[in-house]
Amino acid sequence: MMKEELETTNRPDNTAFTQQRLPAWQPMLSAGIVIPGFVLIGLAFIGIGVGLFITSQNITVLEKDYTGVETTSDCYKCSNPSDKNCTCKLEFSLSNLFEGPVFFYYGLSNYFQSQRSYGASKDEYQLSGDLDYFKTPVSACSPYQYDANQKPIVPCGSLANSMFNDTFKLYQIVNGTKKLVPFDGKGIAWWTDYNIKYRNPSVTPLKNAFNGTVKPSFWSKPAYELDTSDPSNNGFVNQDFLVWMRRAALPDFRKLYRRITEGDYASGLPAGNYSLEIAYNYPVLSFGGRKKVVFSNVSWMGGKNQFLGIAYLVVGSLCVVMSMVMLIVYAKFKFPEDD
Amino acid sequence: MLRRRLNRLFGRDERRVDSRTIYVGHRPCPATDAFIPPKFCDNRIVSSKYTVWNFLPKNLFEQFRRIANFYFLIIFLVQVIVDTPTSPVTSGLPLFFVITVTAIKQGYEDWLRHKADNEVNKYLVTVLEDGRRARKESEKIKVGDVVEVVEDETFPCDLILLQSSREDETCFVTTASLDGESNHKTHYTVPDTEKGLESLSATVECEQPQPDLYKFVGRMHIYKNDQEPAVRSLGPENLLLKGATLKNTQKIYGVAVYSGMETKMALNYQGKSQKRSVVEKSINAFLLVYLCILVSKALVCTTLKYVWQSQPGQEEPWYNQKTQKEKDANLYLNMFTDFLSFMVLFNFIIPVSMYVTVEMQKFLGSFFISWDKDFFDPEIQEGALVNTSDLNEELGQVEYVFTDKTGTLTQNSMEFIECCIDGFQYKNRDSSTELDGFCVTDGPVSMLQQKAGREEEELFLRALCLCHTVQVKESTGQEDGVGDQVDGVLGLDGEMVHPAELRGFIASSPDEVALVKGAMKYGFTFLGMESKNMRVMNRDKDVETYELLHVLNFDPVRRRMSVIVRSKCGDIMLFCKGADSSIFPRVRQEEVDRIRMHVERNATEGYRTLCVAYKLLSSEEYAQADAGLREARLALDDREAKLMAVYNQVETGMSLIGATAVEDRLQEEAAETMEALQRAGMKVWVLTGDKMETAKSTCYACRLFQRGTELLELTVRTLEDGGRRREERLHEVLLDYHKRSWTSAKQDYGFIIDGATLSLLFNSSPDSSHYKSLFLQICQNCTTVLCCRMAPLQKAQIVNMVKNSKGSPITLSIGDGANDVSMILEAHIGIGIKGKEGRQAVRNSDYAIPKLKHLKKLLLGHGHLYYVRIAHLVQYFFYKNLCFILPQFLYQFFCGSSQQPLYDAAYLTMYNICFTSMPILAYSLLEQHICMEVLMSNATLYRDVAKNAMLRWSPFLYWTLLGVYQGLLFFFGVRFLFSNPALQDNGQVFGNWSYGTIVFTVLVFTVTLKLAMDTRHWTWINHFVIWGSLAFYMFFSFFWGGIIWPFLRQQRLYFVFANMLRSVSAWLVIILLVLLSLLPEILLLVLRKPRWPHSRQKKPLVQSGEGETQSSARPLLMRTFSDESNTIL
Repeated sequence: MMKEELETTNRPDNTAFTQQRLPAWQPMLSAGIVIPGFVLIGLAFIGIGVGLFITSQNITVLEKDYTGVETTSDCYKCSNPSDKNCTCKLEFSLSNLFEGPVFFYYGLSNYFQSQRSYGASKDEYQLSGDLDYFKTPVSACSPYQYDANQKPIVPCGSLANSMFNDTFKLYQIVNGTKKLVPFDGKGIAWWTDYNIKYRNPSVTPLKNAFNGTVKPSFWSKPAYELDTSDPSNNGFVNQDFLVWMRRAALPDFRKLYRRITEGDYASGLPAGNYSLEIAYNYPVLSFGGRKKVVFSNVSWMGGKNQFLGIAYLVVGSLCVVMSMVMLIVYAKFKFPEDD
Repeated sequence: MLRRRLNRLFGRDERRVDSRTIYVGHRPCPATDAFIPPKFCDNRIVSSKYTVWNFLPKNLFEQFRRIANFYFLIIFLVQVIVDTPTSPVTSGLPLFFVITVTAIKQGYEDWLRHKADNEVNKYLVTVLEDGRRARKESEKIKVGDVVEVVEDETFPCDLILLQSSREDETCFVTTASLDGESNHKTHYTVPDTEKGLESLSATVECEQPQPDLYKFVGRMHIYKNDQEPAVRSLGPENLLLKGATLKNTQKIYGVAVYSGMETKMALNYQGKSQKRSVVEKSINAFLLVYLCILVSKALVCTTLKYVWQSQPGQEEPWYNQKTQKEKDANLYLNMFTDFLSFMVLFNFIIPVSMYVTVEMQKFLGSFFISWDKDFFDPEIQEGALVNTSDLNEELGQVEYVFTDKTGTLTQNSMEFIECCIDGFQYKNRDSSTELDGFCVTDGPVSMLQQKAGREEEELFLRALCLCHTVQVKESTGQEDGVGDQVDGVLGLDGEMVHPAELRGFIASSPDEVALVKGAMKYGFTFLGMESKNMRVMNRDKDVETYELLHVLNFDPVRRRMSVIVRSKCGDIMLFCKGADSSIFPRVRQEEVDRIRMHVERNATEGYRTLCVAYKLLSSEEYAQADAGLREARLALDDREAKLMAVYNQVETGMSLIGATAVEDRLQEEAAETMEALQRAGMKVWVLTGDKMETAKSTCYACRLFQRGTELLELTVRTLEDGGRRREERLHEVLLDYHKRSWTSAKQDYGFIIDGATLSLLFNSSPDSSHYKSLFLQICQNCTTVLCCRMAPLQKAQIVNMVKNSKGSPITLSIGDGANDVSMILEAHIGIGIKGKEGRQAVRNSDYAIPKLKHLKKLLLGHGHLYYVRIAHLVQYFFYKNLCFILPQFLYQFFCGSSQQPLYDAAYLTMYNICFTSMPILAYSLLEQHICMEVLMSNATLYRDVAKNAMLRWSPFLYWTLLGVYQGLLFFFGVRFLFSNPALQDNGQVFGNWSYGTIVFTVLVFTVTLKLAMDTRHWTWINHFVIWGSLAFYMFFSFFWGGIIWPFLRQQRLYFVFANMLRSVSAWLVIILLVLLSLLPEILLLVLRKPRWPHSRQKKPLVQSGEGETQSSARPLLMRTFSDESNTIL
């Protein structure tokens, strides 16, 4: 009796887990699996790669630098930072239809939106409409926290202050007359940004919420007057503002400015001469930056990007080549041993 | 701690006095004029480390003394103080978690200790105070108190036994809780103190507390009215140790001599020094490399930042102007804080969680050893025991195995095989009935050719019956002890056909039991002790009594023991038994010649031989010896040396009467185990105290030596051959062997050395290191080394020498007895066998197993797997953090070196804790890249991981390069994708957090799939954690980006992940990069030599090899052992 009891208490449990005998799948990568696998993966990648490449090839892109570094450029006259309210023109012609919908981007280079102190210089509570933070913005906004008169800046911080403020108007020259190409300024920012993440204070009119605050020093208009045509596109949910506030990852970046989706241009920009009128406000030469505009249409994969297609093609063919090499190696050395 | 240190200081002061004086019952003694009660520490046992008040500071202090914790604390503090890119939470949270868990664990353990301490300290004991019995809490006992202890109680402190309720002034104790020996030990009262404890006036003078359980020297002065004080010597037999339990004795009185933390138990409590595994050293080395990477990354970034800023327009572009405070700050201070910020940003490269995971892996992994039912021994009802989990992986790295012979290779269950009386051989045929027949017919014991005279026979058998320290076991069932019961049975005249079955013997050494049992088979039965009288029943069923006058105890230096007895007729006789080498010089030469042949033959057959000698003492001789012994026993200092001198003096001029041969059976599967170890590339050294011939034959039996093995002997005998000085000869022989062992590679060599030569090797001062290195080089070319006649300390010396030799190989010591403790402690891994020689080896070991045969699975199975698991764990951890942080580093080139984190804080924190921790933990617990059976049956696989193969610099470099490759791929793959950030079909662009999230997604998938590829053993748990982790990552990212979190200031990941999933390009780039990262691994995996066919081919070869070696075992050792079970205990 005693002995049996002892045995039951001391004897280790005989379960699959304690004895390390859990049923297990023991995969072995053998040539029989790997070589066909590689061929399949390779072919699939080549297929995707071809698709991507062709798609990317079909995307039309028109890029124009308008910094005004070259003296020949019309914008050269505006590149002097002391010159306010300067307007310049950029003219180009299209020989074919630029298929729509056309997306109009502005691009900046050597511009480090990804700097930490820059990115941190904003007040998220303020931007979500908290009126307490209208009076006392967080210190992270410094040196754009208060103006010289100790009035709070709304929206505060370097990020908001440096918002891109060049404006563009595109005209098609039809028989010597300028025909305005309508721009659509909606749907250029993330839907969640202007519906959930950023909120205006629930004060009507919006202007009253900004009493006792000042606009950022770089801005020409206060936040509640950013879009005079559409009152709901003002304040912190102004889409131009939101596009700017989503920081770019790399120093050379482009941001969506407008879409061309309306009227005669819904199917694209027809062939012809165009003139882009630029209100040149944004200084970039002081830090060696460049400004450009980009017209582009997009596909299911987004904007034009040759990288993905080429990478898929290379990796796919690499897989196929590898499988061939392996086949040769195995045929020579390994197969007899496997039997 | 402080108290102990103070005590030690104080103790050192005291030690100058060398002894302490204790006044029994605190009564001043006539001899001392001024009675100053001496101060000793109280009887409180404090094993706990903390109190409620000091727990927090002390525990935190101890935890932050660990270098890793301290490092993370520094990082955390930097984050708190300096404006850093990541919030302090990212590193504070994991650190807090680790610290809290550890603190809770240690707090709980300490609470348990407090409870145990309290139980001991508050235990009520009875103390005699001025003649009254008073109940006191145990902690209030003072040195000098007279304490009463009743049966089955444990002693509250170290006591000198004054009075016992037993008539023979002895008491029995068991020290099971001290050294694990469960047999009853007899302790004796001090003479002359029995009567009148109340009025006893005595002082005890004894040595200062010291931890040796078996040593005690003291003296007691007993003052009687106006007489000269009587002096009595005190030895360990008078001392009752705290922690031991009183048995078979109703009650005793004793005076407290050592109390509290000065008791021998408390002094022995100090933990043994911690062994560190090689893997830990590798981790530290790798850590250093990563620390260098970390610092250099931070330096590069800081430099770049300032170089970049010095370009025109970049110092302070108009869109990102500095605050006034930043402008005012000192440039160098700015540089320094920038450096610290970069350190913080990249600190995740050395993860806190690695330490936690490694600890968890070790702790949880060790359960598999104690759970293994293959280690369960039905005989002792126990399985394997894991005393430390720190060394699991070391079991897979063993290069040298040092094994004890007796009890380890052999069973230490002795059987009396034959004896030789006066040169005639007596052999006991197996069957016991036959033997009984001989006994009944009163004939001599079974005899081969001739027999010795009856008188010699009987003298020899009496000697066997008397010369020992065996006790007759008292049955637990009956109060009065079995002594009576046995007598009763024997009382039925003529009926004692099987007295052996009713009798249990207890002895410290199984040889003695075997000898007493052997004598019993031949008709002389030892009945037990009755107050200093040994009772022996002779062949005529008459009971002879002998008064036991002295026992000259066995010790390993003398290698013999003696008793002096007085027979009924007044003859005083000395019986001595011991090793041939220690007996032969002390007897007449012509006797030796007659017996030597038998002894040597027995020894070569693998038996343990003992010679028995005897001497008749005249009364003058006895008186002289008696006086000498008493004097030596009373000596306070150098008692042992003095005793030894007297022993040597008494044990001379004896006459040899015979020799015995006792067989020590091989352990189950000893040979198979040893063979497997050798095939696994381990070198087996046998270290034994036994004599060369016996040890050699055991080695043959275990197939350590084989027929083809050429033996190189280096013993006293070989050295004395030349007739020259030993040292010269030693040098010559060493050189010769060295040449031989290095020239022919094919020959198997075995090396034999004995203790005396070894000490010559170690101690010949000028050339010692030269000899040592010669010796080591010879040994390295030998498959087996046998060191015989070793003292325990020499065993440790050998282990130490090999341990510290070139390449510092991993050593393992395995043994079962107290004499193996030193080598068990010395070796990297100490393994105890739960054998018959007490529990000391087990207590001091790192792992304990019931049988030698379990060593094979422990090393080849568990050890190999643990090593592979933890090595992979370590490499993988470094790898995954390298490719985690490398993109972060690269991103600094694209954000103006502004410490902008690439990943969100949640990802930074959760990466190591949640997303990638479980799969590797499951892998490191469950992986069996080769299943256990194959590992066991194919011992050569062990060589694959030998010499830390998976944690050397080249695999580390491989993993590092892999990490770098993947990190580069992750970053630049996404970077090229982001050359046009419009990645959605609605033309909208992605920002920096999308960039980081794509990289992070690729990263999590790649490192998890990399582990999946390395997993060879997919149990449901692996499936669950690997796919579960990925699913959790997806779920978490959705959740984290799907809600506006009220406690977060910045909702920077809001809908980033969901938008990423909406973009086809992001999907495609993730798939592409994951595949491309794993591609080289897949190729390597396929092109590398596949393991399976390889091992399958090896198998038949190995089997044939096994057959070969089996036949090479010497035929004489192929005897079948009788199945008769010897139940001794």
